[in-house]
Amino acid sequence: MLSVSGLNKSYGGRAVVAGAGFDVGRGEIVGLLGPNGAGKTTTVAMICGLVAAEAGQVLIDGRAIQGDADPAKRRIGLAPQELALYEELSARANLSLFASLYGLDRETRRQKIDAALRLVGLAERAGERVSAYSGGMKRRLNIACALVHDPDIVILDEPTVGVDPQSRNAIFDNLVELRARGKAILYTTHYMEEAERLCDRIVIIDAGRVIANDSVAALLARLPVASVIEIDLDGSVDTDAVRALPGVQEVTLANGRLTVGATSITATAPALLDWLGRRGCNIRHVSTGRASLEQLFLSLTGRTLRD
Amino acid sequence: MTALFALVKTQVRLYLSNRRALLVNLVAPIAIAGFFGAVFGSGETKPVHVPVAVVDLDQSTVSKAVTTGLQGDPALDVQTIDEAAALEAVRRGRVRVAVILPRGFGEQASRALFSRSTKPEVRIEFDPSQSMALSLVRGLLAQHSMQAVFSGSFMGADGARNLDQTLRAIDQGNSGIEEDERKVLKDLLGSVRALQDRRQSDGSSRGSLGGGAGFAMPYSLQERAATSTLDRKYNGFAHAFAGMGVQFVLFAGIELGIGILVARRLGLWARLRAAPLTRSTVLGSYVVSGTLIASCLMGLIFTAAILGFGVRVDGSGVGFVGVTLAFSLLTATFGLLLAALGKTPEATRGLAILATLLLVMLGGAWVPTFVFPQWLQQATVVVPVRWAVDGFDAMTWRGLGLEAAIAPIGVMLGFSLLFAAVAIWRFRWRE
Repeated sequence: MLSVSGLNKSYGGRAVVAGAGFDVGRGEIVGLLGPNGAGKTTTVAMICGLVAAEAGQVLIDGRAIQGDADPAKRRIGLAPQELALYEELSARANLSLFASLYGLDRETRRQKIDAALRLVGLAERAGERVSAYSGGMKRRLNIACALVHDPDIVILDEPTVGVDPQSRNAIFDNLVELRARGKAILYTTHYMEEAERLCDRIVIIDAGRVIANDSVAALLARLPVASVIEIDLDGSVDTDAVRALPGVQEVTLANGRLTVGATSITATAPALLDWLGRRGCNIRHVSTGRASLEQLFLSLTGRTLRD
Repeated sequence: MTALFALVKTQVRLYLSNRRALLVNLVAPIAIAGFFGAVFGSGETKPVHVPVAVVDLDQSTVSKAVTTGLQGDPALDVQTIDEAAALEAVRRGRVRVAVILPRGFGEQASRALFSRSTKPEVRIEFDPSQSMALSLVRGLLAQHSMQAVFSGSFMGADGARNLDQTLRAIDQGNSGIEEDERKVLKDLLGSVRALQDRRQSDGSSRGSLGGGAGFAMPYSLQERAATSTLDRKYNGFAHAFAGMGVQFVLFAGIELGIGILVARRLGLWARLRAAPLTRSTVLGSYVVSGTLIASCLMGLIFTAAILGFGVRVDGSGVGFVGVTLAFSLLTATFGLLLAALGKTPEATRGLAILATLLLVMLGGAWVPTFVFPQWLQQATVVVPVRWAVDGFDAMTWRGLGLEAAIAPIGVMLGFSLLFAAVAIWRFRWRE
């Protein structure tokens, strides 16, 4: 439904987005994942026509948006990273305004506003001033404003920044429901856990370039390690010696945490713990898990997502 | 139209929800205009009672007459004290002016009327911070001195004695006057002297020239304020309300511009821009809402002026509405210009307030432009605020017709067009 290709944008001679391209299909959530400053927001701004792309194109069902008032823009709903709300007005007044911008008549507007309020769980407090809302409620309303005109494509730029876990879960539930309704959703985030949990496909962007674009499973399959063992310990260990243990593929030691990438937890963990115990290391905590996008990003860029 | 209407409605609601802005834009101008109007002229013509000290070192009939004349003048509050006390009173600001009549004033002044003899030197000490009073005192002193000196020269025993002395001086050639003029003058004064003798011998109570009227101002004054209708007094509140209204409504224009910058910062601009709206719809909504808000503010300010301070729209009602709308449009486009040129709300607000204060100062909103130096009066023709103030003055207390509103409306519309064009040109539509 949404097709982006070859987008370029630079500021002051520095390329912020360089040849970005990806597709978002109907009933699909695509995560645009990257660290802060990777070019996610600029990419979103170019898709929505807020920033002029120096090259590349954005197509909606094969058609490019022509001009500011192109009716095709009605098919896109944007929830900006900032809380783009009029805090002095009520939630209903905010939604009414943004619905009006898309040309909805009064009756349709009323129905869509009610539906959007129900979706984000704010129906009972719709008449209150937004300034009286909690941060999580504002975030949900921010999303509702993007949905009120019932767009086919929903673009959410870091929608969970500063949100409590309860509101975050509520937002995730909303997005899952929207996906079920056939919406194409582009979800930018720098939280890999969110992307893994929510997205059908993930586009990893770094320094303005798309460095990976695939399903979560396919991306994880690219990882050289399948499992990760994290051990908090006192003192230091010889990481080269750890690397020589059976099944160990990657070893890092930082801030008292030994992170070991392995082909199998069952094969490597006992041997590793035995080895550390025989060397008198004081182990404070052990955790194991499957490899995540964090490891993928690390393996692709040599940096962590939170760098 | 749905989108434009929704945007305008929202912007008006946002403005109304900002109580602080409402207070500043509506209550403040009414309060300040009320104060200025009360202080600088409410149309009353009560005596001003300028405090003046008179020091009479002469104590002659003429100097006493001058002092009495000044004391009787309703424009002055005269106290007669000694010279040192008078100087001290001026220095301390208790009196505006001290008039010191020197010894020999009466005699020298009478003689100096018809000869080139030494004139008495009247000293005036004045408070430099109140120099406006100097002109008033100077004029009134001239009036009362001339009356007293003429009376002293022509009337009563003193007048006869003065005439005799002058005639003797002419005979002796001590007057410094040319021979042919001396003869003419001698004939004139001789005739006056003969008239005095005749009246005294008649025992007439009309012991003066002019049939008892004495020497007085040779005319009487009928003062009338040239306002809209001759039966209506000038209302100083009208100009004060026009000036303060213009100033504080322009402040509302600043809020409009700042609002756009804040919307940009909050991401609201991105949301508006993501919608299928043309640039003219979005920017136009700000112009429409700004014009609407400014019109309502100006209307409410003048409503308060009419109901509370007796201001009247004595000129063309249509012209008044036209001036209000043109000024409101000017305000809205001024706000748009600020949003186009400004970078951050904080920096823009400071500069905008400074610019607005300069505009209203030069535009005659604080003090009428006629008190400006001539060159400044001419220079301020390029200040749009001046046209607004002049337009409101013309339609209120000056009571002029629609034709007097045409130029202010035209100029303000021109400036609005200019502001809008620059704003659209400079506006960062895309990031």
